Amino acid sequence: MTLLARYAPLLLLLGLWEASSRLGLVSTQMLPPFSDVAVAFAGLIGDGDLLANAVASLWRALLGFSGAVIVGTLLGAGMALSRTVRLAFNPVVQFFYPLPKSALIPLVLIWFGLGDASKVVLIFLGCLLPNILGTYNGITGIDQSLVWSARSLGAKRFAIIFGVMLPAAMPQILVGLRTAIAFAFLLMVTSELVIARDGLGYLIGRLGDSGVYPAMFAVIIAVTILGFAADRGFLMLTNFLLRWRE
Amino acid sequence: MTALSSGAAVPLARALTLRRARDIALQWAAAVLLLAAWEGASRAHLVHPFLLPPLDEVVARLVEEVTSGLFFVNAGLTLYRAVTGFAIAALIGVPVGIFIARGGIAKWFFDPLVSIGLPMPKISFLPVFMLWFGLFDLSKIVMVAFASIFTIVAAAEAGTAGVDKFLAWSARSLGARPAEIFFQIMLPAALPHILTGLQVALPIALITAVASEILMGGTGLGGAMLQSGRYADSVGVFAGIIETAAVGMLAVTAMTRARRRLLAWHAESDRA
Repeated sequence: MTLLARYAPLLLLLGLWEASSRLGLVSTQMLPPFSDVAVAFAGLIGDGDLLANAVASLWRALLGFSGAVIVGTLLGAGMALSRTVRLAFNPVVQFFYPLPKSALIPLVLIWFGLGDASKVVLIFLGCLLPNILGTYNGITGIDQSLVWSARSLGAKRFAIIFGVMLPAAMPQILVGLRTAIAFAFLLMVTSELVIARDGLGYLIGRLGDSGVYPAMFAVIIAVTILGFAADRGFLMLTNFLLRWRE
Repeated sequence: MTALSSGAAVPLARALTLRRARDIALQWAAAVLLLAAWEGASRAHLVHPFLLPPLDEVVARLVEEVTSGLFFVNAGLTLYRAVTGFAIAALIGVPVGIFIARGGIAKWFFDPLVSIGLPMPKISFLPVFMLWFGLFDLSKIVMVAFASIFTIVAAAEAGTAGVDKFLAWSARSLGARPAEIFFQIMLPAALPHILTGLQVALPIALITAVASEILMGGTGLGGAMLQSGRYADSVGVFAGIIETAAVGMLAVTAMTRARRRLLAWHAESDRA
């Protein structure tokens, strides 16, 4: 009930959408009525098109994202803990930080071709930087007295890193992860729109090219719901992981 | 460390300068080593030159595109699309965010929309904007504005809502009018947060501009790279990535400069 009240503005907009195209205020070619989109949505679920393509997309996003979490956290921690690592990787990070990551799409196409690999690598590269920066900022921002206390209590370096530093840096690391999730979805859809044989981005492009606009809008709504659900799910995970705070 | 223990100020300063000089030298060494490895790997045919064209060919292409002016045409087009869309998003997004922060019906209406719009991959709307606004600049600019506006609204809302209420109350009790309170108290106090939102949104605008050029063509840096990719011209793709990075760096630096200017009065400027 509270959920319904909270998202009432959304229903209002959907009603407005339906009315404006039913009443002919906008051409149905430009904006198919919401009810048609809902029917198309049900149809896409019914024939399994939506599920198959969503699985293909999410699999790529998950692979690239997980790789970036592992490598990014290690690299970020390495840069925070060791001067040599920091100085060695700083030029690369400085170069890639302002680079609009979508510019890498032609490159991964040359390197990895049209299959899954090019999209996974693109998502990996896009998610890497927020993870590195989150971990690096998190660890360099730790209250040093925590580390000193642990050391004076006899903790080994390994125990300090995993028992003290990583938990203390966790809030920042999680902020980096949240940014990375948004990047993963953005790059997933973009690369699939450019070139792919399946996936949600490919489906949007194909339906748009063949002029099946209600179905195209339905897939866009599906992508929106997935992005929203991933973000909400991650927020819940964050609250769970940080339940020891305050 | 020895300088520190001696307690004298001048040797300490010199030690710090030495340390910084060594750090900078090490970073340059790392960068040069990487570039040398690139050139060596493609010269020694460890990697196929199509996958990794020799560095000197890429540099030659960069020089050629800069001297012929092609770089400035493409970079100008991409920047025009990105900055126009970004400016539209800022001009609409900041007032809307401030308005939402006042609460009431605006907050009720916009909050759920922003919470859905913020995490969704906005680029999936590109086919819709192509349908509505055609294949030229307009659809790309609308796409950029749409992609960056949610971040700006959210930051402006959070910034305004987080302003210390005592500032506004003190001003009011001293007889300030609502307009004065808004422009002289609320807006400056929320400015750091608003600028952070704009700083996050600018790279998003650039990513979106390049992505929509790659998807739709129409020259610009992304369009040129799409072309190079299609003609299997990997030197062109590498040159394009470096050019795009340069434009990105220019935009990010300009934004940081603007922040320092606008917040010269703020405590954060004293830290540097």
